[in-house]
Amino acid sequence: MTRYIVHRLLLTIPVLFLVTVIVFALINLIPGDPALVMAGTEAGKEAVEALRQQMGLDRPLAVRYGLWLGRLVRGDLGRSVRDRRPVLDVLLLKLPVTVQLAVLALAVAWAIAIPAGVLAAWRRHSAIDYAATTVALAGISIPNFWLGIMLIYLFAVNLRWLPPSGYVEPWLDPAGNIKRMILPATVLGTALAALVMRLLRSSLLEVMGTEYIRTAHAKGLAERFVLLRHALKNAMIPVVTVMGLQLGGLLGGAVITETIFAVPGVGRLAVESILTRDYPMVQGVVLFSAVAIVFVNFTVDVIYSLLDPRIRLVEEQS
Amino acid sequence: MAMRETTLIPPRVAPGFPTVGVRYFLHRYARNRLALVGLWVVGLVVLSAAFAPYVAPADPTKTDFQRLLEPPSREHLLGTDDLGRDILSRVIFGARTSVLAGIVSVGLAIAVGMPLGLASGYFRGWLDNFVMRLTDALLSFPFLVLALAIAAVLGTGLTKAMIAIGIVFTPGFIRLARAQVLSERERAYVEAARAMGAADGRIMWRHILPNSLSPVLVQASLAMAVAITFEATLSFLGLGTQPPTPSWGSMLNIAQAYLGKAPWLALWPGLAIFVTVLSLNLVGDGLREVLDPRLR
Repeated sequence: MTRYIVHRLLLTIPVLFLVTVIVFALINLIPGDPALVMAGTEAGKEAVEALRQQMGLDRPLAVRYGLWLGRLVRGDLGRSVRDRRPVLDVLLLKLPVTVQLAVLALAVAWAIAIPAGVLAAWRRHSAIDYAATTVALAGISIPNFWLGIMLIYLFAVNLRWLPPSGYVEPWLDPAGNIKRMILPATVLGTALAALVMRLLRSSLLEVMGTEYIRTAHAKGLAERFVLLRHALKNAMIPVVTVMGLQLGGLLGGAVITETIFAVPGVGRLAVESILTRDYPMVQGVVLFSAVAIVFVNFTVDVIYSLLDPRIRLVEEQS
Repeated sequence: MAMRETTLIPPRVAPGFPTVGVRYFLHRYARNRLALVGLWVVGLVVLSAAFAPYVAPADPTKTDFQRLLEPPSREHLLGTDDLGRDILSRVIFGARTSVLAGIVSVGLAIAVGMPLGLASGYFRGWLDNFVMRLTDALLSFPFLVLALAIAAVLGTGLTKAMIAIGIVFTPGFIRLARAQVLSERERAYVEAARAMGAADGRIMWRHILPNSLSPVLVQASLAMAVAITFEATLSFLGLGTQPPTPSWGSMLNIAQAYLGKAPWLALWPGLAIFVTVLSLNLVGDGLREVLDPRLR
């Protein structure tokens, strides 16, 4: 087991290295003069020159990458061009908001997807099944920013049940926090719910065809018992894996939902810094999201190999 | 994927129908009602994009300051926007932007990804190793965040947005092409071609590629659905298509400001994206059902 974990961990090193290269290249291969682009068109000559010196643009690209990587390893992601705050500090400040949103979105997704997936698989080829799979496809296809706008119109503008946007910290006003998070969490959770439901349905159908389920039936166990106690457990394995892999989708979705609902998280930070050409901040957010995904994928692989020893054995043999 | 009963029972085919080739394929595809509806809708969207100047009742950029934010009426079937422009015409012309974005960005990803994936799987070795780690790294970024960041660096505009989206989809097609080569390269027909002295390039291009097209077709239709959503998202955030060119995403951006006064502004462009993307997904699912041998 340890061998597998070490092997898998070693595999992440070249990936992480290339991730940093891509993020570095993204900003440094801007057509034209990066200092000029970053300073903006209004900046004076001295300001641009100062920025160029500060960024070390007079040195070769490889040297700059090395220096940048060195600072990165020590946790120095640079400073915001807009307000000079350290990028890492801002990121860590915004992170809890996005984590809360993502956790609520996951809760929404599971609450919808698990019952719907079980029902669809149980009553397969019935009206319920067709309704659930059709709604799921719609949920995958609906653009989340449009869904967000429509929900704001319905619940905030028209019915006036919920505030249209904004954020309050949960420890200051728990009820107000939840009120403001319901709509963004629903929007973020919808596509995920659809995906999980489809996956759970097909995974359950596969498990239902196996020998041990037939044995359970043969023992005379009730259908509901077989489905929920025997089949669901094994059917959840691929679902849990995919949930981990959906982190990227969640982060991407958070960009949109946080922008529409004015939630001050990492996603909105990404959009704001892109629109204001705050490149060190853009670099920081993009790097952060990729590194987070690499580590979640690693964790998912390790958990998966614990749940299913066959995977680890195959890897170790090869 | 779930096992289907059809794995054991040969598919029902009308007598006289061939069991391979284009006609068999069409026959099987047409049995899936939803996929057929999806194909019709996609066709309709493409046609209205192509013939937008003839279909649209008005000029999509013509402003009329006497009739701002009007609800749907006889003259303006879907109402007017904040500059008095006809929304129906803007939705129809917006289809051009979306169709173009879908085709160009996915086309770009295929044009770059397929040759790289083919070569990587065919030659293996250090090239394969490098390309695979590179795709691993690219796939570690959230797609939308990467597309946004590339678009931000390249600058605003539809062309740059399409390049950004194309880059994001490229690793997917590299992986797909490579997987195809790995499963095809040891087949007898490849060996036969090699025995007859065919060069590597010819084997890849003339033999392996044509045998690998069906999964590419499936992935392309599904990727186009995502590409259209991404273009709309970028334009919604102000990074894609620039005014006054009509785009469904930027129309929604404007609509957000008038949600209380003129909610119909938000309804139509959003519905247009939703229906188009849903149809493409239906087509993709339908194609997969017909082309993926594991589902037969």
